[in-house]
Amino acid sequence: MSPHAPRIERDAQAALRLLGDWSAARLAEPGTWAQIQAGLAFAAPAQALALSWDLRDLQRLDHTGAQVLWNAWGREWPGQLLIEPAQRAMLARVAQYALPEPVARRSNAWQLFLALGATVWLVIDHLKDATQLLGQLLLDVLTLLRAPTKGPWRDVSGHVFRIGATALPITALLGFLIGVVLAYLMSLQLRQFGADSFIVNILGMSVIRELGPMLAAILIAGRSGSTITAQIGVMRVTEELDAMRVMGIPQGFRLVLPRAIAMALAMPLLAVWTSLAALFGGMLAADLTMGVTPAYFFAALPRAVEISNLTLAVGKSAVFGLLIGLIGCHYGLRIKPNTESLGQGTTASVVTSIAMVILVDAAFALVFKDVGL
Amino acid sequence: MNDSTAVNTPAAPAPDVVEIDKLWSVFHSAGRDAVVHQDLDLRIVDGEFMSIVGGSGSGKTVLLRQMLGLEKPARGRVTVLGKPAAQLGAEGAASRVGMLFQHGALYSAFTVLENIAFALRELGTLPSKLVREVAMVKLQMVGLEPAQAHKMPSDLSGGMVKRVALARALVMDPPLLLLDEPTAGLDPDSADGFVALLRSLHQELGLTVVMVTHDLDTLFELSTRIAVVAEKRIIACGTPLQVMAHDHPFIHDFFLGARGQRAAAVLRQAPHNE
Repeated sequence: MSPHAPRIERDAQAALRLLGDWSAARLAEPGTWAQIQAGLAFAAPAQALALSWDLRDLQRLDHTGAQVLWNAWGREWPGQLLIEPAQRAMLARVAQYALPEPVARRSNAWQLFLALGATVWLVIDHLKDATQLLGQLLLDVLTLLRAPTKGPWRDVSGHVFRIGATALPITALLGFLIGVVLAYLMSLQLRQFGADSFIVNILGMSVIRELGPMLAAILIAGRSGSTITAQIGVMRVTEELDAMRVMGIPQGFRLVLPRAIAMALAMPLLAVWTSLAALFGGMLAADLTMGVTPAYFFAALPRAVEISNLTLAVGKSAVFGLLIGLIGCHYGLRIKPNTESLGQGTTASVVTSIAMVILVDAAFALVFKDVGL
Repeated sequence: MNDSTAVNTPAAPAPDVVEIDKLWSVFHSAGRDAVVHQDLDLRIVDGEFMSIVGGSGSGKTVLLRQMLGLEKPARGRVTVLGKPAAQLGAEGAASRVGMLFQHGALYSAFTVLENIAFALRELGTLPSKLVREVAMVKLQMVGLEPAQAHKMPSDLSGGMVKRVALARALVMDPPLLLLDEPTAGLDPDSADGFVALLRSLHQELGLTVVMVTHDLDTLFELSTRIAVVAEKRIIACGTPLQVMAHDHPFIHDFFLGARGQRAAAVLRQAPHNE
């Protein structure tokens, strides 16, 4: 055992001699705590106080060590104590401050009920904020229409590049792979019915009308929705939002509007791009597994999928983009200046955007069930 | 010590807590290197309250970060408590060095008490009741009310953040405490309170303290020795009066301006800094 290890020696005359280094670091060494506890195990504090304690040979006593002793003595000074003045001062300080920790508020039924109410208010608050954001966006769009040259176009073009152009490789890759997998799986089924050529109809319809826009939207919600929330959130943390307000620069016009416009522009383009990649992948897979040639694919596609499907896909993608942008801004503006809030806000933003995209997509499917089918 | 210091070394040779030998701090940026320290020497002895002063960008905070092992010396040696500074970050570092960061650097996800107890709790061997009791003692030692224990850092004022950060730095009673601008951003009242707290802790706990500061009042109130960083090295090191007597343009501007004269009045009233 190292000479620094804290330990207790007990001799016959009911005297305890403390040795070693009674500091936080030494006491926390593995195994030490169990030994100390065994040495300090008394039936009652009175028993500990009846003994004679000798602290003079201690190499070091810090607040943690003093706290351990003070607890062992049942928070009283023992009758016989041999001690250096500095150690006494240390123990006295611990004794002075050894108050019970204030009780953290515990939850009871009433508080649970209040928490439920708080949740309801939070939802209402969110809806109010979202409505305000949407209304502000409409007003900002009107402002923009009245004076288009004064719009934040540089911001818009920057965001279109970051949201759209830099997402081209990843959306193409995902679209391509989904196309290949879909075509391969469907070819196995279709071959059983000898309906090989219907691969064009199924693939074309599902990819152009649903999968392309959805895939792109979900990907962009995760990729750019989170970025928007984090960007605006960090601006809150660093007080940049307050600085803007102080300078009289409208946040809606300079932060929300450019992002919403860029999203609404980039999203349809990305959806078409993803659909193209998926169709290309599907076409390759169909050629390889069933011998449906690309030439036939090109010829059959316009007949199988009406052009109105493409219009619908582009239209709803623009709505998805707007939604993702607005939800990102909404959560970004609500972030409070601490790390926890930043993390929660970003997560909530992505989850909400994806859920909303799927919900709105279902609504589109219902409303436009007679179009292009 | 290098030639520029005019200090009589104390009679009893106390072991040096921090030894910096021929330190070079170099920051590499695209295309060119910025040399912050060049052959810098500094000794900090046990139990002293050493203040490091210097102009903006003179590398005071970098020097502090070197002592913490957060920066790597390009050349030279930084030894803290007998070990290279780079090894400080190992487990149990909190029992060797405490650092009070300029903005507190409290963990915003934890309550005040959890912040203070964090280093001790992470060791994982002491019972959590004891850890909380130790943290409560530290909380009150820095002058906070027990009722503050369950607050979140975002609910605290600037002065309270500094106090909690100080309690956190001291939770394992490290022998060496580093302070980066401890009174920056505090109102005069809180700053005075914090200075008094630092002085009493330094005396009661026998800490070795290294402080970086711009605030002349804090400097003269607390320091037993002052080191002046300029021209990439320590140009003067000694008691406040010795340093002020040193002939160097920076020292003239820094200490002998109107603000410096006002603040230095404390030296003539209180002989405890001699």
